[in-house]
Amino acid sequence: MISIEGVTYSYGDGINALDGIDLEVKNSELLAIVGENGAGKTTLVKHLNGLLKPQRGRVMVEGIDTKETTVATLAKKVGLVFQNPDHMLFAETVEKELSFALTNFGLPPEEIAKRVEWALIEFRLSNYRDRSPFTLSGGEKKRVSLASVLCYDPQIIVLDEPTTGQDSLQKTRLASTLTKLNRQGKTVVVVTHDIEFVADFIPRVVVMSRGKIIADGPTEEILVRKDVMEASSILPPQLAELSWKLGLESPSIKAEIIIEEIKQMLRGGQK
Amino acid sequence: MVLAIIEVEGLCYTYPDSGTPSLIDVNFKAEPGEFVLITGPSGCGKTTFCRALNGLIPNSYGGDFKGKVVVDGLSTSSTPVYELAQRVGLVFQNPENELFCTTVEREVAFGPENLALPIEEIAMRVEEALEIVGISHLKEKSPEELSGGEQQKVAIAALLAMKPKVLVLDEPTANLDPLSAKSVLELMHRLNQKNGVTVILVEHRLEMVSHLVDRCVVFEGGRIVADGSPREVLYSDMVSELGVGLPKVVQVSKRLSGIIGEPLRFLTSDELASYVRGKVP
Repeated sequence: MISIEGVTYSYGDGINALDGIDLEVKNSELLAIVGENGAGKTTLVKHLNGLLKPQRGRVMVEGIDTKETTVATLAKKVGLVFQNPDHMLFAETVEKELSFALTNFGLPPEEIAKRVEWALIEFRLSNYRDRSPFTLSGGEKKRVSLASVLCYDPQIIVLDEPTTGQDSLQKTRLASTLTKLNRQGKTVVVVTHDIEFVADFIPRVVVMSRGKIIADGPTEEILVRKDVMEASSILPPQLAELSWKLGLESPSIKAEIIIEEIKQMLRGGQK
Repeated sequence: MVLAIIEVEGLCYTYPDSGTPSLIDVNFKAEPGEFVLITGPSGCGKTTFCRALNGLIPNSYGGDFKGKVVVDGLSTSSTPVYELAQRVGLVFQNPENELFCTTVEREVAFGPENLALPIEEIAMRVEEALEIVGISHLKEKSPEELSGGEQQKVAIAALLAMKPKVLVLDEPTANLDPLSAKSVLELMHRLNQKNGVTVILVEHRLEMVSHLVDRCVVFEGGRIVADGSPREVLYSDMVSELGVGLPKVVQVSKRLSGIIGEPLRFLTSDELASYVRGKVP
């Protein structure tokens, strides 16, 4: 469980990047954090593995106060996948990249081999095993960086913009990997601008704006709220927009519901 | 008939040390002033195709190159890169990798300076490029302190200062937030409409761009597998089988077509909503 209580953080420029954040994430939840650039999303998740420590308030991860432990200890519990894979990747081959953390954590070689194998298959990287990560495409590098974290099996997985450069098939695969891990009991936090990805796959959404949380709840309720979408300058999901333009009483992000509504309208059910 | 500004014939290409070809018998033509969207699953050859359009392939990459690529009358394999750079500008995914000067103004002046143009001409081009892109107010800033969207606009302005006839953009919005992405895509639309620049744009986010383009080309396995108006292509059966991310409005329209027995081909929520409202008894 993650519990964030009254957390404030400033980079020293007179602006609070985080301004009194309260957030609770239960074990094995799957949630997204969305918001405009500079809303504080990345600053917030850097608090989860202790890269940043709150200047006010407190962050508890699995009962441990992040101020009272090291990043190295937290890293085993919280796996953070950064936005830009170029900032993470460094090994000569994909295989070495994947085994790096495992070796550092002192796992036995058979276990390392098993987990690397799993990751190569799960992320469809088997063909690239011996390739340098730097010769891969943007989308492929992204998968290597995800795989390198998931391989060491952290209890809490935090992904910053995991869908950039991924096509729709890969996004669907990523979603099913995340859902699967989540069903196995992992807590998964996804920071993203990809509102359609959130609408399709993530049950809970936290909306941030200017260092504050302005909405938090079930995705299908939050993403259809015009006030929230406008206040956070997020582009709404296309179906929410369609709902508003159709004047639906209960706007939705689900295609089946919209189609039913349209059928009713055409039958003369509404204005 | 209008002379094509881009003409690609029988293009086959394999990267050095790669066993499999990245492009297989690609044939493509674009007329001056066209706005062409290129899409397709990752690894389908889109990026390789972009690199072939400004001569990076084969000139910088080497590899096995067959067929011909002619841009604005110049064959890319026999024309020096500085010559091509004045006709075709290429914008990459990650603007951080392209920018290196201390101010935006210098960044944009770098290209024309290297052409050894007169100082007044350079100043004029910089001024104009910054204005078209809408970033004149940023000219004293360091590119490093800008947001991703602003950086991408600097990269675009730097290319415009070379006065290219063709702009090729390889997923220019991949690292941008949706509002910045929208603004870069609308900028492309404006450059195309007002300045007559031919635009070749690689993009996954079809819901943001399909209504702005003249044509949509789909790559798969190194080949072009669909080429037509965005409505034809997005509503073709083949494209949905490929796993191209169809916009939600397209998905809903397709299913509605089946239900009401009338072919619907909407690209935006506006189009679909006004159709439904017009039909309501």
